[in-house]
Amino acid sequence: MTSDVHPAPTGGPRKGWPLWEVFIRARRGLSHQHVGSLHAPDADMALRNARDVYTRRGEGVSIWIAPSTAITASSPDEKDPFFDPAMDKAYRHPTFYDVPEGVSHL
Amino acid sequence: MTAASLSSQPLDNDDIDQADIDQAALATYVLGLGDDALIVAQRLGEWITRAPQIEEDIALGNIALDLLGQARTLLGYAGEVDGNVTGMPRDEDDLAFLRDEREFRNVHLVEIENGDFAVTMARQLIFSSYQYELYTALLTSIDPTLSALAGKAVKEVAYHRDHATQWVLRLGDGTPESHERMQAALDQVWPYVEEIFDTADTADILAALPGIAADPAALRPAWSRYVENVITTATLSVPTPTWRSRGGRSGYHTENLGHLLPEMQNLHRSHPGASW
Repeated sequence: MTSDVHPAPTGGPRKGWPLWEVFIRARRGLSHQHVGSLHAPDADMALRNARDVYTRRGEGVSIWIAPSTAITASSPDEKDPFFDPAMDKAYRHPTFYDVPEGVSHL
Repeated sequence: MTAASLSSQPLDNDDIDQADIDQAALATYVLGLGDDALIVAQRLGEWITRAPQIEEDIALGNIALDLLGQARTLLGYAGEVDGNVTGMPRDEDDLAFLRDEREFRNVHLVEIENGDFAVTMARQLIFSSYQYELYTALLTSIDPTLSALAGKAVKEVAYHRDHATQWVLRLGDGTPESHERMQAALDQVWPYVEEIFDTADTADILAALPGIAADPAALRPAWSRYVENVITTATLSVPTPTWRSRGGRSGYHTENLGHLLPEMQNLHRSHPGASW
C-alpha cells in the first residue's frame, strides 16, 4: 500500500513534482510506445496519472513509467555521425525477403 | 399505475416478480443512490482548473464523469419507476434540474463544500469506499437494472477508492503540515459518516425491497475495515466526532446544497430542453 519501493527521483524541477515519461502498450503483441510525459509526486502516482491522462479512451493494456531523469538521449548535434552512415548500406535492410500476408507488425 | 392494478392484468412469468415489487419504495431507494452520485459529481467538477496539478484536474474530472454516468442511469431508472406510481414518468434531466432542495435524497456528506484538497480526499475516501461496498452488494440484486449498473460501476469506484487511498496515505504520512491538514480534514468530514449507514429514515423502504436493495448497515463492517486500515497506515487516527448529520434521505439538507443547486440547475432552467 505504501510506495517506498518506488521512491521519487531526485533532481526534478525546483518547485513542484518531478517529470515522468509514459510508455503504453496498445494491445498484446505490440511493444510499449512512448506517448508523452507528466508530473507526479512518485512512481505509483505517475502510473495512476498516466492511466487518467493517456488511457481515457481505451488506448492501452499496459503502462510503463520511467523518471525523465533516467533517460539518456542522443544529442541533435550528433545526428550526422549517429545516423547518416546507416543510410547507404542497403545490405542492412531486410528488403530481400517477402513479408507474408497478414503479418502487420513485423 | 399502482402495483394492485398491475397485478390484475394478464402477465407472463417474467413480469410477475416485477409487479410484486413496491414501485414507490424502489423509486425512492434508487433516487437516493442517484442523488448521492449526482451531487458528489457536481462537487468534484468544481475542482476542474483548480486542482494542484493538471494531472489531478484530469483525474478528478474523470472520477466526476464516472459518477455522473452512474447518476444518469440511476435517475433515469428512478424517474421511470416513479412514473409507474404517479403515471407521470420523468427523465434524468427532470430529476436533476427541476427538483428543489427538499426533493433531493442525498446524504449530507456529498453536499459539503470541497474545502482544501485534503478535505476532498477525506470525503472521497469515505464515499468511494462506501460505494465500493454498495455496488459489490448490488451485483447480486434481483433487480436487473441495478445489478447491471453495479457490474460497470464497481470497477469505476474501485479506481476512485484507490485514488483517494493513495492521497490519504501520502498526505498523512508526508510532511508535518500535510499530516496535520489531512487529520484536520478527516475530523471535519467524519460527523457525516454515521448518516450513510443509518437506516432510521429508510427502514420501511429497505424492508419493502428484499433482494433488491443493499442494506447500508450491512455494508459497514467491510467499509470500516478498509477505511480504518488506510487511516492507520497513513499514521492518522480515526476521528471520534461529537455530533452527526442526519436527514438527507428525508430531504432535509444543509445550506451547502442550497448554494450548489442554483449553479447546477441554472442552465437547464434558463434554457429548457437545451442540448448539445
